[in-house]
Amino acid sequence: MSSLYSVLLNWNYIVVIMLMMAGLYIIISNQNFIKKLVGLSIFQSSVFIFYISLGKVSGGTAPILTGVSDTVYSNPLPHVLILTAIVVGVATNALGLALVVRIHEAFDSIEEKKLLALKIEDGHQENEQKDNKL
Amino acid sequence: MLILNNIPALLVAIPLLASAVVSVLPSARIAWGVAFVTTLCCLYMAFELTEIVSASLTLSYAFGGWEPPWGIAFVVDGANVHLVLLVAFISVIATVYALTTLKHEIAVEDLPKAYAVWLLAIASLFGLSMTGDAFNLFVFLEISALSSITLIALGAGQDRRALLAAYNYLIIGAIGATFYVIGVGYLYAATGTLNLLDIIERLNEIGTNQAAVTGLAFMLAGIMVKAGVFPVHIWLPAAYSFAPSAVSSLLSAIATKVAIYYLARLLFGIFIDTTHLIDLFLLFVLMPVSVIAIFYGTIAAIFQIDIKRLFALSSIAQIGYITFAFSINTHSGISAGFIHLINHALIKGALFMAVGIFAIGIGQRATMNSLRGVGRQMPITFTGFVIAGLALIGVPLTAGFISKLYLFKAIFETGNGIYVAVIAVSSALSVLYLWKIFEVMWLQEPLQPLKIEKEPVLACVSLWLLVFTIIIFGIYSAGVSSYGMNAANALIGVR
Repeated sequence: MSSLYSVLLNWNYIVVIMLMMAGLYIIISNQNFIKKLVGLSIFQSSVFIFYISLGKVSGGTAPILTGVSDTVYSNPLPHVLILTAIVVGVATNALGLALVVRIHEAFDSIEEKKLLALKIEDGHQENEQKDNKL
Repeated sequence: MLILNNIPALLVAIPLLASAVVSVLPSARIAWGVAFVTTLCCLYMAFELTEIVSASLTLSYAFGGWEPPWGIAFVVDGANVHLVLLVAFISVIATVYALTTLKHEIAVEDLPKAYAVWLLAIASLFGLSMTGDAFNLFVFLEISALSSITLIALGAGQDRRALLAAYNYLIIGAIGATFYVIGVGYLYAATGTLNLLDIIERLNEIGTNQAAVTGLAFMLAGIMVKAGVFPVHIWLPAAYSFAPSAVSSLLSAIATKVAIYYLARLLFGIFIDTTHLIDLFLLFVLMPVSVIAIFYGTIAAIFQIDIKRLFALSSIAQIGYITFAFSINTHSGISAGFIHLINHALIKGALFMAVGIFAIGIGQRATMNSLRGVGRQMPITFTGFVIAGLALIGVPLTAGFISKLYLFKAIFETGNGIYVAVIAVSSALSVLYLWKIFEVMWLQEPLQPLKIEKEPVLACVSLWLLVFTIIIFGIYSAGVSSYGMNAANALIGVR
């Protein structure tokens, strides 16, 4: 019972795991390229929450010097790391969305199944063109 | 002195700043000029760095004067000093190659921006090969991934499937990088530090720890995605076959190699293995996976018609050889892995360059059909291509032979005959796909008269620079093999 209790007490990590699995599931299962990127951001956000949870010291305040000698501070380092990771995540999403725009222009679709079919068709066409030329 | 003291930082900072400058330049030629001068500067600094490190063995550079473990440190030791030199060397040659080839594949108005992203990729690869900070590595990993993806997507001007390849790489690469960050989080929770050297010390104090082991597993999984190790390689063939050829040769030569170097550092350099978990991972995961990779890559390449995709698949097999050498888990195994890391970078860079020159010559994608009889029309490129191909098989007097020699030496020390068979059979199989190309290009008549453009001089020069290096390393192998020894010494201690 006590181990279950300690798991429940760390409910923030349960949230992390749920978000992580939800994000990965969306990436794997969804056909739509934009929704896949949404899944990716959810997946990345779960890691952000994981880091932020790591840095929290129970009873700790923001790490700004208060002048009181026995103040407990939260660990600022994981929080700063996550600022960097958020920026990286934004860049990844921006590039991904830009690619989706280009894919839509080139293929007129952003559904994975249709794109796969088009991709295979491209390959066949290429071979046929060569056979005709030969 | 100011320059000499700050080489590790400058190797990243100079291409990074130059990339910002290049992106606003109006003309493609000036942009290329700036990029070329930048990579030359980096090559000079990388040479200076090897001299400094050979004198003092380990160089630790603290950014902004913040001493490690508090600040971010760049660490250059025996394991990565020649990797830095390799990155610098290949980036100079690939930049020379890009001048005459990239304009055939990318719209002229996009070229300055393409060179900007090109420099960004080079800067991040320098960062990846030097950083001694686990989180800083993630940042460089993402810069390298995003710039590689942009460069791959530039192949869309020729073939729209490049966009899908780039998108796939983005999704898979981002999952891999995020896995790596989760791992760093666990390791930070266990040790309270991000500096790799400091992590070793702390882990020594606290012993094997569940959180640290989990963290290492996540980090390995993430890095394996970037390195293109077999089960998580799926982004690699499409990405390399649809990217512009200069990009293919740059990325296949050094981008995966840098990730493999870090994989070795994670496997051997960080974790004090009290419970033999790494030994078990090497024996029961990495070794079978490498053997499958060697055979899968080689056999898939035999049945491939598209030449660029063929060499991308053969890259998977070659990465398999490197990880196989690591998984032997001895001093000579690790040095064999590092020797092949250098040699394969040169060989595969040369092969992709040659294929790119052929494709420009015939004005379409290089396939088994379109290349018929091209060898006789483009003799200079073809000769270089054949030598690089022979090196890939492991023919004596080429660098590939030295790789195989050290690999066999490492295997004989283990006394396990099955491994010898694996390498021998797979080398024989790789003869098949290379012979198929040689035959088509040299012995078969073109089915229609070819309109071959003249071989671009600068591209041939860069190809032959790599080919000469391959031959020199095949005859005079002391430099590369001593790098292998030094790398193994730096990672698992002097034997």
